[in-house]
Order: sequence, then C-alpha cells, then structure tokens
Amino acid sequence: MDQFFTSSILTATVASGIALATPFLLASLGETMGQRSGVINLGVDGIMLLSAFASYYVALRSGNLLLAVLAGAGVGLLMGIATAFISVTLKAEQGISGIGVYLFGLGLSDLLFVKLVGTPLPIASLDSFRIPLLSQIPLLGPMFFQQTVLVYFAFLLVPVVTFVLNRTTYGVQIKAAGENPAAADSLGVSVARIRWSTVLIGGTMAGLAGASLLLYDGIFQQNLTQSEGFIAVALVYFGGWTAWGVMGGSLLYGLVGAVVLAWKSLGIIPLSASDLAATAPAVLTVLALLSVGRRFRQPAVLGKPYERGD
Amino acid sequence: MSIHVEAGPASAESATAGLVPAVAAIGVTKRFAGGVVANDRVSFDARRGEVHALLGENGAGKTTLCNILTGLYHPDEGEIQVDGSPVRLHSPHEAQRSGIFMVHQHLSLVDSLTVAENVVLGWSRHRGLRYTPRQVEAEISEIAARYQMQVDPHARIWQLSLGERQRIDILKALYRDARILILDEPTTVLTPAETEQLFSSVHEMVAAGRSVVFISHKLPEVLAIANRITILRKGRSVTTVDAAGVDVRELARLMVGHDMPAGRVRRAAAGSGTPPADQRGVLELERVCADGDFGIQVLHDVSLSVRPGEILGIAGVAGNGQRELAEVIAGLRAHSRGAIRLDGAELHGGDPRAAINRGVAYVPEDRMGTGVSPSLSVTENLMLKSYRRDAPHAGPVLLMDRADAQSVALMEQFDIRSRGPHALVRQLSGGNVQKVVLARELSSQPRVLVAASPTRGLDVGATEYVHGVLVDSARRGVGIMLISEDLDEIVELSDRIAVLYEGRVVGIVDAAQASYEQLGMMMAGAA
Repeated sequence: MDQFFTSSILTATVASGIALATPFLLASLGETMGQRSGVINLGVDGIMLLSAFASYYVALRSGNLLLAVLAGAGVGLLMGIATAFISVTLKAEQGISGIGVYLFGLGLSDLLFVKLVGTPLPIASLDSFRIPLLSQIPLLGPMFFQQTVLVYFAFLLVPVVTFVLNRTTYGVQIKAAGENPAAADSLGVSVARIRWSTVLIGGTMAGLAGASLLLYDGIFQQNLTQSEGFIAVALVYFGGWTAWGVMGGSLLYGLVGAVVLAWKSLGIIPLSASDLAATAPAVLTVLALLSVGRRFRQPAVLGKPYERGD
Repeated sequence: MSIHVEAGPASAESATAGLVPAVAAIGVTKRFAGGVVANDRVSFDARRGEVHALLGENGAGKTTLCNILTGLYHPDEGEIQVDGSPVRLHSPHEAQRSGIFMVHQHLSLVDSLTVAENVVLGWSRHRGLRYTPRQVEAEISEIAARYQMQVDPHARIWQLSLGERQRIDILKALYRDARILILDEPTTVLTPAETEQLFSSVHEMVAAGRSVVFISHKLPEVLAIANRITILRKGRSVTTVDAAGVDVRELARLMVGHDMPAGRVRRAAAGSGTPPADQRGVLELERVCADGDFGIQVLHDVSLSVRPGEILGIAGVAGNGQRELAEVIAGLRAHSRGAIRLDGAELHGGDPRAAINRGVAYVPEDRMGTGVSPSLSVTENLMLKSYRRDAPHAGPVLLMDRADAQSVALMEQFDIRSRGPHALVRQLSGGNVQKVVLARELSSQPRVLVAASPTRGLDVGATEYVHGVLVDSARRGVGIMLISEDLDEIVELSDRIAVLYEGRVVGIVDAAQASYEQLGMMMAGAA
C-alpha cells in the first residue's frame, strides 16, 4: 500500500482518473440537456460505440486525429437525428426505443469493424497539451493541466451548460419543455423543436464521448464502451440534472476506476480478484445514487412524449 | 351591434375608444364530431376599457368560445375580429400576438421554475438569448406595483398558493402587453380577500385601456365586476345586458332559461322530513382518531351521529380534517382509535369493501381522481361498485347490453346528459360527472351517504340538482353527512351542523338556530 501513497503515483492516478472521467462527462452533459427537456435517451452507449468506430476508422485511414474527432461527433449528430425522430417526432416509448438504438450501435459498430478493419491496429494517441505556466505547478500541474484538449473541452462545457440552462431564454424553454410542455406550448414555445435541439446536442456529445474514449484507448474492439453509456445516463440522475453534479459523478467514477487500475498494476489487488475489483466504480455509483439521487426531483415529464391536448 | 370593419390603422386610434370593440366574436359556430354543436352563432364584443362577462352554466359553450378566441379551435362559421379586423388564429401563440391572453383554470405555469423564468418563457422584452434574472425581476415588480399585485419574482411556482399562481399568470400576460385578458372562472381558487385584490387589479387593467373578458357562473361577482354581461345558454348567446340594469334573479333566469325556485329547499323549513331527536343514529362515530397522510394525527376524538333521514352538515375551513373524516367512514383510511358503528354494529376501519357492503355510499371530494374513472364509459362507471352483486351477468361474463340498458335508465333518472352510455366520463361536464357519481352511489340503496364538497365547481343548475338529490335521499331515510366549505350550502341543507376545527368537533348546533356569526367563530376556532 505504501507504494501507492507516493506523490508520483498519486498524481498519475488523479490525472488518469480525470482522463477516464471525460467520456462520462461529455456523454452525461449532453444527456442532461436532453433529460431536462423531457427526453431520456437510453441509446447513448450505442451512439458512443458507433462514433468510436467512426473515429477509429477515420484515424486509421487518414492518420488525422482532428478528423477522427469530427467523425465521431458527426456520427453522434446523425444518431441524434435518428433518436430525435424516433422519440420526438414519432413519439415512441423512449425506454424501449433507446434500447433499440443501443443494440443498433452495438451491432453495427461490430459489423463494420469486422468488415472494414478485421485485424485491430493501434492508432496514434492524442497528445496531451501542457497549459503554459499552470502545468508547471508542482502536483497540480501534472494532475490537471497536462491533459488532452478533449479533457479541457469537456470540463469547460460544465459552466457553459450551467449558463445555458440558467441564464438563457433557451435554457428556460428547455426546462419548461421538461416540466410542463403544455404551458410552454401555450406560450408559443415549440416543444418539438426544443427537444429536437437538445437531443441533437446530446447525440453529438455522446459522439464526442465515443471519440474521446477511443482516443484514450488507442484501439477499437467489440463493445469498446462496456456499457459506459448507460453509466452516463445514471450519472445524470446522480448529478441531480445539473452540470456540476454530473461532473462530480463523472469524476468519482473516473477516480475510483483509476485507483483500481493503479492498485492492480501495483499488485495491491491480486490478479484473481481483478474482475471483481473492476466492478467497484459501478457498485460505488449505485450506492451513491441511493444516497444522493433522492434529494433531486427529476423533470416532471421525463420520458413522456408531448401530445397537444384537446 | 355595430362593427366598423373599415376603420383603418390611421383612424383607429381616435375611433376605437368607443366604437370599434377590442375583440368581437361574430356568429361563431363550432361543431364537434358526433353532432355536438358547442357554439351556435355566438356573438359578443368587448370594448376597450371594459370588463365583459360571459355567463353560463357548465356546458353552455363558454370554454369552447374561449378556445376559439385563443386559437385552440377554429370556428366552422363566423369570425373573430380584433380592433375591427378579422383575424384567423391558428394557435394560442398567434392569439397572443394579437394581444389576446387567457388565464386558465388549469394554470399554465411551470412549477419548478421561478416566477421570473415563467414570465420570460416563450417571449422576452429583451432581444437575444441572454436571460438576466435581476433585470426581469425588476420589470415584474414594476408591473405588479402598477396593477396592485403582490408578487415575489424570485419565488418558485410550487411555493405559491393557487391565488398567487393566478396572479403570476395574469402578470405574464401583462408583461407581454396583453390588450385582451380572458379570465376563466378566476375566483374559484381564491379566498375572499384575494378576490378583492383580483378585482382591484382588474379595475386597474381596464382603466389602462385593456379589455377583460370575465368568465363565470357566479352571479353576484359577475354583477360586481362586469360592465356588460353576455349570457350563453346551450351554446347560444342569449343576450347581452348592462350590468347596471339587471339583478341576480333576472340573470339567473336568463342563464338557466326558467325561473329558479325562490330560495333553496331548506330541510328544517320543510318540516316533514326532520327525524325525532331521540332516534338512534344510523351512523355513529365514537371518539374516532386517525392519522393524516404524513403520519400526524389529524382527527381527535371525533364523536358524531347521523340519524336516518337527517342531513348532518360538517362545516369548517378546508384542511381541518374533513377529507380524513370522510375517508375514515368510507373505509379508505384506518382509524387509530375509537369506533365507527353502522346500525349499531361496528364497522372495521380501512376496508372500503366492507363499508360498501354495509351500505356506506361516498361522494368523494376529488371527483375526477377518486369519484370516477375518467377513461371509462358512463356504463362502466355506474357499475364500478355493483359489479360484484347486481350487475347483469352470465357466469363471469358481464352482459353489457343489459348493463347499458340499466345505465340508460339511471341516466334518465339522474338527468345525466351525455352522448350515451358509451360516452367516456372525461368528456362529460363537471355537473354530469357528479350526477354519474350520485347515480352510482344512490342506486346501491345505501344506509348512509357521505358527500364531500359535492357541488364544488358546479354551476347553479347542477348545484341545485345535487342539492335536490341530497334532500330527496334524506327524505327516503338515508342518513347523510354533508361535508362542505360552502357555509351557505351547509346552512341551507342541514338539519344539524357540526363544526370541525383542527380535527376536533368544536360544536354541534341545530341548523334552525344557527347563526353565521356563531358558526364563523367556531370555524375560526374562536368558540
């Protein structure tokens, strides 16, 4: 255990925890927007998988990581369009249609991987970007300011999403669509348009989450996400439908994951128990959800399609 | 009615004041599927600076007319004019752009948002995406002050009373510079003091040149607030009168189409039905205690007795244990101590089926939620309690044809107006829903009827009808417990009146000797 409590290991663990948290954060921030407007998208994991594959394929073919990220985001947007069409326009049962989107993403990403790539080859990983001056601070620098651009981008989005939800008329409309769509409708707010927009944002962010996960791992494999997209949906509940809460949940999840990884490599956790240990973040999240999640009230019409009354 | 359609924008300013109405409906007809004509050539107009009342019973076509004015429905014939020009309104939003705003009975506010957020939802005075709470809150306070409304712009809607929420809804319209405000039964949710406040705000609005369309079935308040009154009956606009030139009786006659009985039937005055005082109660409560929804004791040692053929009124301000009392008797809530006896034999608590089988009928306060199943048909609702015993059946199979025939008979007997036994109850007006409840409860030949706020939200005609049914049932020997916040109703119908205050019976008085002062003091806990 002593070997873990050295400054170099601790900073490395925190740094990797933040990196691990990033895909969760991106996906759950987008999902927060959608859920605040009343749409629950359970297909996040499928979107992440398909986007991760798109990123992987573009990176493999072009070697350009920027293009790879854009491809991930673009596929996320397309899947967002499909999700919005199903959930908002067709008013499908969101709990079921989301699972459909998930299975579609899971199956298609695997099929394309087998057909287009076959043998997995690693891709170049995203370089970390050392922020001038800040990255020089002892301890804190290596923890926070030697990350990839995607990490910075994800964490910068937290105050942005908070601002959008609380200090813009768009945010008021999102919340109204999720709490009392009939009231919003009677005031000339198009509930469908608002929900389309948040689902597209959510899809794009899930796409970015897939790309960031892929670039962290550096290689694609079947079911790359291992259901992280579902965790991202759970983190929205954990975070009480706020960006800061979602960030807290993502960090908790990422840090526990990083600690488990570090302990495994240091031999603190024996190999025989490593599979069990890998469940720690999920178990912890469930426990945290039980204790924290109830303090918040979910959007009143979460998951319910809006039909104009008579 | 003189409508100057040609008045162009240039001349409008000077001409509008008296001549061109702010809003007018001209020969509006609206038919629904199934041949129902909800509005039949309805016309009325509201001038600038006028309070114009639309008066009519439930089902007279007021709501349909409002839905047309606010763009929810499109008229099949006729037209809507704003400032003398015909307008086609395709949505509430378009109506709002023409300056027409409606304050609904079911208020359209978002509970979890603040007052200020609700006000800027969908439309802001400021361009751009940015929403600055402090700025909007200042604007709200300014409007509130001008119209004599007390408003905390920072509060969240769920923290506010119904009266306060209504104020926010009105304020929202004023923030958008509404020129025509439609208030749909606004006083239903208000205390008398709040009603006064609303009326002074309305006076300020019309003084500022706005028009208010005031929908109501309460005659005195219509007379108090309106300049002119248009009476709707069975989908037609009967006439428009000056409020100054009519009285309550005249209005009532116009509204229901025939003279109302002079004064309601008063049981005590009717004499014949009054049971001897020494008779044993058919329903007796002895020191009954019960807990409320949150585990706090809300009924304390309630002892009451209802004799056969008697109406026992339960008076009290809402929330003093009335609902729990009714639920305890109906078996929906277990009592923690004490005894409930029906015909002398104990009725065990918390068993609604036992209560039903022993002859307890119950008209719940929450009509749509507890009283009926809104998505089921009239027949199905009428069978809800009798399906175990009396419903026509062959083995386990219900014979729906015969059940329909039974319900048609009941619909006749209780004057339930609907498209037929298969009509869904949620499509019925409030009065007809209550008649369905009464028909079901009374057709089971009950010993006791517990009626909780049986006339709340009903129009004059339906209220009269319900009162008549209660009095009739009592005359036929049913013991009736009438729980109501409407003291007039209690005093007019009851033989004896018990007053509940903080879950205790603070007194039982003979209705013939009761005075409002005495009852009011008891209800306020002062006696």
